[in-house]
Amino acid sequence: MLIKLPKASDCHESDVTPESFYLSRRSLLGGALVGVAASSLPRWASADDAARYADVEPGKAPGWFADKLPGTKWQAVTVKDEAITPFKDATHYNNFYEFGTDKGDPAANAGSLKTEPWSVVIDGEVAKPGRYALEDFMKPYQLEERIYRLRCVEAWSMVIPWMGFPISALLKQVEPTSKAKYIRFETLQDPKSMPGQRSSFGLIDWPYVEGLRLDEAMNPLAILAVGMYGRELPNQNGAPLRLVVPWKYGFKSVKSIVRISLVSEQPKTTWQSIAANEYGFYANVNPTVDHPRWTQARERRLPSGLFSPNVRETQMFNGYSDEVAALYTGLDLRKNY
Amino acid sequence: MRFPLWRVGVFIAAAVWPLLWLYEAWRSVLGPDPGKVLVDRLGLGTLILLLITLAMTPLQKLSGWAGWIAVRRQLGLWCFAYVVLHLAAYCVFVLGLDWSQLGVELRKRPYIIVGTLGFLSLLVLALTSNRYSQRRLGSRWKKLHRLVYGVLGLGLLHMLWIVRADLKEWAIYASIGALLLTLRIPPVMRRIPRLIAKNAPSATKA
Repeated sequence: MLIKLPKASDCHESDVTPESFYLSRRSLLGGALVGVAASSLPRWASADDAARYADVEPGKAPGWFADKLPGTKWQAVTVKDEAITPFKDATHYNNFYEFGTDKGDPAANAGSLKTEPWSVVIDGEVAKPGRYALEDFMKPYQLEERIYRLRCVEAWSMVIPWMGFPISALLKQVEPTSKAKYIRFETLQDPKSMPGQRSSFGLIDWPYVEGLRLDEAMNPLAILAVGMYGRELPNQNGAPLRLVVPWKYGFKSVKSIVRISLVSEQPKTTWQSIAANEYGFYANVNPTVDHPRWTQARERRLPSGLFSPNVRETQMFNGYSDEVAALYTGLDLRKNY
Repeated sequence: MRFPLWRVGVFIAAAVWPLLWLYEAWRSVLGPDPGKVLVDRLGLGTLILLLITLAMTPLQKLSGWAGWIAVRRQLGLWCFAYVVLHLAAYCVFVLGLDWSQLGVELRKRPYIIVGTLGFLSLLVLALTSNRYSQRRLGSRWKKLHRLVYGVLGLGLLHMLWIVRADLKEWAIYASIGALLLTLRIPPVMRRIPRLIAKNAPSATKA
């Protein structure tokens, strides 16, 4: 790639990037060269990938993931002037209520999730519905690394290097019909492996459901992710397949997806069903529209130290206005929060 | 002063938690958002201390041991100390000492308003917890200090509005609170049997 037109959210050089990340860029360049030189030796590449980011716990990648890894387009989208959240924090501070409501619960309990074999159902208004084994589902796509800000509705945020592919590529494969207006995602429902679904005091009607308007799903920033930090997704982060929509609050980015449906009506999402006045269908990051219980004008970028709180202004559409604002022209974002 | 060791033991048991949490925060073992963890733990600590304080009278009735009542005021004051720390931690770590934002929160958020009312009530109770106030207020003192039942209701409501998806933990505290309040209904209170004549109690967890 010789010519690249930079977007507002792109950046190649950064003066405030921490040294560890800077150094990992070097190893990345080296790694890329090794990868090119020795793409027939995937073992080399995978050994190097563990070192792409500091302190990444090596996982046990399924075969299809290991096969795809060398062909990954690294740093396809990056963030400007921002440090990547340490792996430990991104994997031990999670909202994944299927495994408990405390931030540490998913890391503690998600080991019980069985991600192999995994299948995904495609149904609804599509020309090619079906149930696909994940390795077949993934076959057509090249992995891209997308470094995105993640803004939780609870007013904390992180920066995470995801690996995945644009939803638009999936839609090209499954061919939505003219009736398809929305895309609906469903998380696994399996009380045996998901203790949160066994709680008798729970208010959530499982399975967890999320959705996007079809044109939102077609936006190049919206991806389905299968990896992060150069490895497959850890269970607590939504293995083996999750949505990532960086301009919306984190709860839109549904985890451990088992069903993707193209539908003609706006799907009723989980958080809407629990508290429609607090969580809307759109859930676009918007500093000017408060959550009823707290302000959304600022966020704590994690890790945020006790004596050096890392509080910053929240950006409209989480800083992705240039790419997505056009989706919402004429829409009252105060009403459609 | 009666029960000096017991009183000191309760003092240490209540004081040790915030110090431990502060130490944990300093050692960075509270995760990436230690301020929020501290706010949550101090809030929950306040509620638990309130429940423990309210358990002292029934325990005294049940066991006949005067030591329960001897530490009741101390526990109430610890409850107040925790709520002060909870509020301070909220102002520093959640609001980032942005006082104009505090004004907005106080006007707009019902759970903040309820929490603030609970805090102000505890403030009044703490200020009038000394012997001088007891003498001055006379019989009105007892009436005033029944405010603590209202504080329990406010605290539980404050927590209910924060819990979002799973009511289990809240339900446990609410049922303990409901039980403790039920025991205070005079006909129920009169019927509490004295189970144990004399017994050395084990230290309670703060």
